[in-house]
Amino acid sequence: MKYKDYYAILGVARDASADDVKTAYRRLARKYHPDVSKEQEAEEKFKEMAEAYETLKDPEKRAAYDQLGRHAPGQDFRPPPDWGAHFAQGQAGFDDIDLSDLFAGLAGRHARSGGGGRRADRPLPGSDYEAVVRLSFEQAFHGAEVDLELAALEWDPDGGVRRVPHRVKTRIPRGVTDGEKLRVPGKGGKGAHGGPDGDLYLDIEVAAHPLFRVSGQDLYVDLPLAPWEAVLGTSVQLPTPAGAVTLKVPPGTRAGQQMRLSGRGMARGGGAGHMYAIVRIEVPTVVDDRQRALWRQLADGASFDPRAHLDQEAAR
Amino acid sequence: MTAPTQDAPAADPSAEVTWVELQRASGLTEADLAELVRYGALTPRDPAATTWTFEARWMVVARHASRLRREYELDPYGVSVVLSYCERIERLEAEIRALRARLG
Repeated sequence: MKYKDYYAILGVARDASADDVKTAYRRLARKYHPDVSKEQEAEEKFKEMAEAYETLKDPEKRAAYDQLGRHAPGQDFRPPPDWGAHFAQGQAGFDDIDLSDLFAGLAGRHARSGGGGRRADRPLPGSDYEAVVRLSFEQAFHGAEVDLELAALEWDPDGGVRRVPHRVKTRIPRGVTDGEKLRVPGKGGKGAHGGPDGDLYLDIEVAAHPLFRVSGQDLYVDLPLAPWEAVLGTSVQLPTPAGAVTLKVPPGTRAGQQMRLSGRGMARGGGAGHMYAIVRIEVPTVVDDRQRALWRQLADGASFDPRAHLDQEAAR
Repeated sequence: MTAPTQDAPAADPSAEVTWVELQRASGLTEADLAELVRYGALTPRDPAATTWTFEARWMVVARHASRLRREYELDPYGVSVVLSYCERIERLEAEIRALRARLG
């Protein structure tokens, strides 16, 4: 088990008052809470300081923590020989758990014993599990079956806590978006004494695609056209996640125009978003003499003025 | 020992969940949940019903509320205010993503 200096994490002295501990936590929470902080590694930092506060704000847990002694942060350590008998009866070992598990065990042990009286047969719900699921764009588009390996904190029969590996296979529906949270009911920790099983909560992360940009259920893709294609119109092969489609580009298509491909976005439930092809006019950067002459002929003969409106606006 | 593989589909966010399920998933007390409904942070399917049910998507919101209550040590009203700011941030971030998708 690796030692964490909870006092140092919160930036308080070891004899800090409860009020000082609370103030220090609140100041840091304002800075690092993941809902609002843009600080690097805010989530990790917040988790650490929340763990520290959870222990130090409770007099019983703080006393138990102080009795662990002082060690260098990150140092492997074991509680003193009599610590377990005093604070963690039933805890079989300390090698497969970390410090937060140990104090979660303290709180849970207290709850399971009814806070003073033994109510060992009271129905207790299983823990909820959380996991991050990283998907490719294709997996998010088509849906995917994922195999998750979790190391969940569970109670053992003697009342201690331990980390138990669990495997859960679950089907991610098609059309999930980056940042979405999914619930898999009943696939968390086992309930005790007839209590319900916990749920599994999945945080979805979807990798970016080199071509398709996602906005909700809609997709956006750039459609590069040569100038003559935009002027004269053409048919193009446009890639979509479900395969290439033929897109008719009408004459007089302008840069920035959005061409909608209905229902070709991300599908979800009974419906689907759309795909939008955004026109970009690309010009050749290398032209030979003959091509330059053709462009010059076009320029000399054309009356089209793309900046006419600028002169009109400037004259107002 | 590794538990056996379990096949499990993700829940449909529009499926119905009971008041009890919402309470269990969030860990909030009945009183806290009732206040969050009163302040508009959670919306039952039929607010006039004697026993409330919710769409499953509110489970995630209720858990978020529970986290905010615990992490910021807020009362339910404070939680409802922070939730509304979080929702506004999410909407703005979604707008930014949409604009970036369109602009390329």
